[in-house]
Amino acid sequence: MQRRRWLKALLLSAMLPRRLFAAAPSFPAVEPRPLAFPRDHGAHPQFRTEWWYLTGWLETAAAEALGFQITFFRSRTTHDPANPSRFAPHQLLFAHAALARPRLGHLLHDQRAARVVRDDPTARFSLADTDLILAGWQLRRTPEGRYDARIDAETFALDLRFSPTQPVLLQGEGGYSRKGARPQQASYYYSQPQLVVSGSVVQGSERLEVGGRAWLDHEWSSQVLDESAAGWDWVGIDLDDGGALMAFRIRARAGGASLWAAARLRTAGGREFSFGPDEVRFEPEAHWLSPRTGTRYPVRCRLTLGRGADALRYEIEPLMEDQELDARRSTGAVYWEGAVTLLGDGKRRGRGYLELVGYHRPMRL
Amino acid sequence: MKLGFWLALGELRAHPGRLLVALAAIAIGVALGLAVQLINASAAAEFSQAVRATTGQADFEIRGPRGGFDDRVLERVAADPAVAVASPMVEVDARVLDAADAGPNETRILKLIGIDPFRAAQVTPALLGVPADEGDGLALLADDALFLSPAAQAWLGVSPGQTLRLQSGLEAVTLRIAGGLPGARPRQRIATLDIGAAQWRLARLGLLTRIAVRLKSGSEVTAAKARITASLPAGVFVAAPEDADVRASNLSRAYRVNLDVLALVALFTGAFLVFSTQTLAVARRRGEFALLRTLGWPASRLIAYLVTEGATLGLAGGLLGAISGIAVARFALELLGGDLGGGYFAGIVPELVVDTPVIIGFVLLGTFAAAAGSLAPALEIARTAPAQALKGGAESGRGGTVGRHGPGIALLGIGAVLTQLPPIDGLPIAGYLAIVCWLIGGIGLMPGLAGRVFSLCARWLEPLAARRPLAFLSLQRLAAAPGQAGIALAGVVASFALMVAMAIMVGSFRDSVDRWLGRVLAAPLYVRVPAGGNSAFVPPETLAAIAAQPGLERFEWLRIQQLDLDPRRPPVTLMARTLDKRDPGRRIPLTGAALPPEAVAEGSVPVWVSEAMVDLYGWSPGSRQRLPLAGRAVDVTVAGVWRDFARQHGTVTMALDDYRRLTGDEGITDGALWPRAGITPAELAAAIQRATPATRHLDFAEPGEIRAASLRIFDRSFAVTYLLEGVAIVIGLAGIGASFSAQALARAREFGMLRHLGMTRRELLRLLGFEAGGLTLFGIASGGALGLAIALVLIHVVNPQSFHWNMDLAVPWRLLGAVTALLLAAAVGTALLATRQATGTGPVRAVREDW
Repeated sequence: MQRRRWLKALLLSAMLPRRLFAAAPSFPAVEPRPLAFPRDHGAHPQFRTEWWYLTGWLETAAAEALGFQITFFRSRTTHDPANPSRFAPHQLLFAHAALARPRLGHLLHDQRAARVVRDDPTARFSLADTDLILAGWQLRRTPEGRYDARIDAETFALDLRFSPTQPVLLQGEGGYSRKGARPQQASYYYSQPQLVVSGSVVQGSERLEVGGRAWLDHEWSSQVLDESAAGWDWVGIDLDDGGALMAFRIRARAGGASLWAAARLRTAGGREFSFGPDEVRFEPEAHWLSPRTGTRYPVRCRLTLGRGADALRYEIEPLMEDQELDARRSTGAVYWEGAVTLLGDGKRRGRGYLELVGYHRPMRL
Repeated sequence: MKLGFWLALGELRAHPGRLLVALAAIAIGVALGLAVQLINASAAAEFSQAVRATTGQADFEIRGPRGGFDDRVLERVAADPAVAVASPMVEVDARVLDAADAGPNETRILKLIGIDPFRAAQVTPALLGVPADEGDGLALLADDALFLSPAAQAWLGVSPGQTLRLQSGLEAVTLRIAGGLPGARPRQRIATLDIGAAQWRLARLGLLTRIAVRLKSGSEVTAAKARITASLPAGVFVAAPEDADVRASNLSRAYRVNLDVLALVALFTGAFLVFSTQTLAVARRRGEFALLRTLGWPASRLIAYLVTEGATLGLAGGLLGAISGIAVARFALELLGGDLGGGYFAGIVPELVVDTPVIIGFVLLGTFAAAAGSLAPALEIARTAPAQALKGGAESGRGGTVGRHGPGIALLGIGAVLTQLPPIDGLPIAGYLAIVCWLIGGIGLMPGLAGRVFSLCARWLEPLAARRPLAFLSLQRLAAAPGQAGIALAGVVASFALMVAMAIMVGSFRDSVDRWLGRVLAAPLYVRVPAGGNSAFVPPETLAAIAAQPGLERFEWLRIQQLDLDPRRPPVTLMARTLDKRDPGRRIPLTGAALPPEAVAEGSVPVWVSEAMVDLYGWSPGSRQRLPLAGRAVDVTVAGVWRDFARQHGTVTMALDDYRRLTGDEGITDGALWPRAGITPAELAAAIQRATPATRHLDFAEPGEIRAASLRIFDRSFAVTYLLEGVAIVIGLAGIGASFSAQALARAREFGMLRHLGMTRRELLRLLGFEAGGLTLFGIASGGALGLAIALVLIHVVNPQSFHWNMDLAVPWRLLGAVTALLLAAAVGTALLATRQATGTGPVRAVREDW
């Protein structure tokens, strides 16, 4: 148990500048620029942090609803860039995968981690397009724009294909997404909503043919969170009418007030609306107390976009309450990441994922 | 047994000194044997556990040359379908610079292991550092941080937060101590760091030294091994974790067995002392025992009583020996480490493992030895008719054995045959048995031989009888009753033979090493990369700078590294050096003729191997072998055999230009430098260090220093044999003392008659002096001959079979002469003292004998 404590510390501090003797590498700042595809589907190894995040709802032939999450996470370390060793840990890759199956009552999850070693085919990323491999796990974008994911976890396996039905959704200002009051607190961020999923899930002795809708986020940055931030609430919803909604807020350590917030809505007709920090509100409605970690998560909440009478009011309902990802024994991270239903006026409007980070302990990113 | 108790107590009261000597001898034997055993068991246990900590849950390991192998092997191994995790490692022994409380000449070598924490977590979790600052997880991947085991922190007097200056190769590297290694063994001194940092900071770019492999559950281990083996380059191989134990045991096995044999010699000595003590006691208490017999004690009870008396003595000695043995082992482990200074388990500081069955075994061995020593005199007294014994002063029946030469001669013959046998399981068991046969056979033949020789002398000296009556009388006496003198003779012969054998063996060895050092240390100045840098080397730039030094007339380079030819054996040394292929004997001491270059087939590379290569790997002269070099199997021809006293596990020498051509490796580890006329070696060394700062971490040494240091190490490792030589002399003297005391008792009537005939007491003592002198001289002559024969076995059988090196016979005449004179004087003195005590109080009260 103790031997794994380091990994947690590693993940938590992976982005902290911590130098004593060696020369620190410099990380590029995030500045507004037009994103260019397919290049920007690929990795941006100069930046400190980057992730590809797939979440979505699946339905089995027996109409059972499942939630899933697949994340590939790239981190550039502060290891001296002058180190010519093939093994120098300049770039690390992590991957998470989770499966939410209400009949189990909790998440199944697994993870992989490795350094990127030159010429080593088992852990690599591509600069040209999304093409990630980590210890047998794979996420790849085909030239036609389809994403293929193959995850062979300890307790389940995912073999899924994701076909886009609409263009990428650039978050923020043309993909420049601010995360705080200071301009450098920003990331490059685009989403790929309304992905049509097909494939199979293996869980236990069952092999389930599935279909569904998914959401992909690709985000990279060098400095995101303010020192005073504890974590964030994020939601990404494929609306039933074909639209898409993303909203997040950064919470302060003290009091849990919002430090920053933003949302973007794409309507069924393709029109896009942005909401600024004072136009996005997350309000907890009901909490769930984790019996494992003792953490309280606002798993039911109200989301309000805009102000006054024109405001859009939604309610967020989890697929199941316990979608806590307790990876203290491996990567150490503890957060809630779950399949949710978006309700408006008591009716279902869409389905997607809610992420509640920093409720266990303040997240440093 | 109440009576027996009082009898024994009486004996103890009467002769506490003698019993104590016998007790001490048993105790020394038990202590020495037990200490060797315990130390080795402790070292092996610690080594094995340390290996476990670094192999963790690996199913097997990939290993290769000490200097490392191409790190691309990792991908090949990881690609095998059965492999779950392949965890790469780079191990480097680095010298710790400015360690807090190291002595001025103490070099502290720390084992650094570069790991990939992501993979190590799944195979060798014990090697994962735990950052002192919990938020500093990135330290595990840092380029400037290391994690120190608790034992290493204590040893170096440092703690997390501080920095450590290390020297790897020629570079000084400063690393911060980011935390500890709580998973390390309590006494394991290691440090781990990121593998990328290790490759870079410790100059091992592109190299790995080990890969720990864990297979997917349910995989076929044998098949995976075979597949992976087939994919590995030459010189890189799959090794099972248990191979490391076998290898560790093989490392020190011969050394250990030889120490065990020395312990048996001490135990034998103890048994002999018990024998002589009991013989004397039996002689003195002849009357008492005869009385007991007539009072109804059967012979068997008497025998049982005497053997019990000896066994009690042995038990006491054994217990004392066990206590001292444990103490000695504890002390030696602290002071010398687990290899008793033999240098086999560097970096391992074992904790004493007290193994109760072993201790009990040694105590029993001591008890049995003493009981066996009592058996002969007990049987003899039991055989004597009580009536005859009661009369007292009668000649003992020991003369009866004189005539029997058969067993002695047979033993000598068996011994001779045994010397011709090959080693058993790599150990010179037959050689040692031959020595035992010769010793026992020789001693057995002594009384009879002595009788013959002395009668011959007496007959020869008969004309001089009138002029030298005392000398003649003593010879007559010796010739007539050789059995009486048996104990004295056996003591002298045994002790002198053992002493001569050890002195000749050690002397020959030292002489051979000394001459060998003279040959291999031909240059006036040597330079080498510091100790512990098992794969450090001087880079070509630095070499060029040294070569350009104006004060340097000539130089020769060596590249020394270790490689494994067999995973279950200790590594072999590969030495590439500047060498004249036509005349390699100028640089390496060949044991025979070498193959000329034209006799080596086209495409094959000539190598000259040490004797161990021939014995252990069958690399006989003229044979063609495959040598793994730079990942390829190179065809080599054994062009000659040379003697290497420095490396007992095998050395392969090749010409440096061949090595460079085959590997492209331009680095060197050692250099021999010849300064220009008028420049001293010290001046040259200083000039090189001034001109080329990169050389300031190199060790410069002149041959004199190297030689003195080597011989100092030699003498230290043979110190225990000097101690045993002393013990051997004590047995000799004890034998003489006991023998003459017994005789004085037995011959009380004879002395009384001689006194009655007008011989003064002084003359009587002179007579006995002559007897003792004659006997000792004879003993020395026969013991010397026997010792020489044993020495030849040690030199030509035991040493080559144990250590795979041959040496030339060199007899240390002066030492032997001095010891002979000393032994002679001491023997006569002891005999006189014993007799004087036995006869001092007048013929009537001559019953109270002692020496």
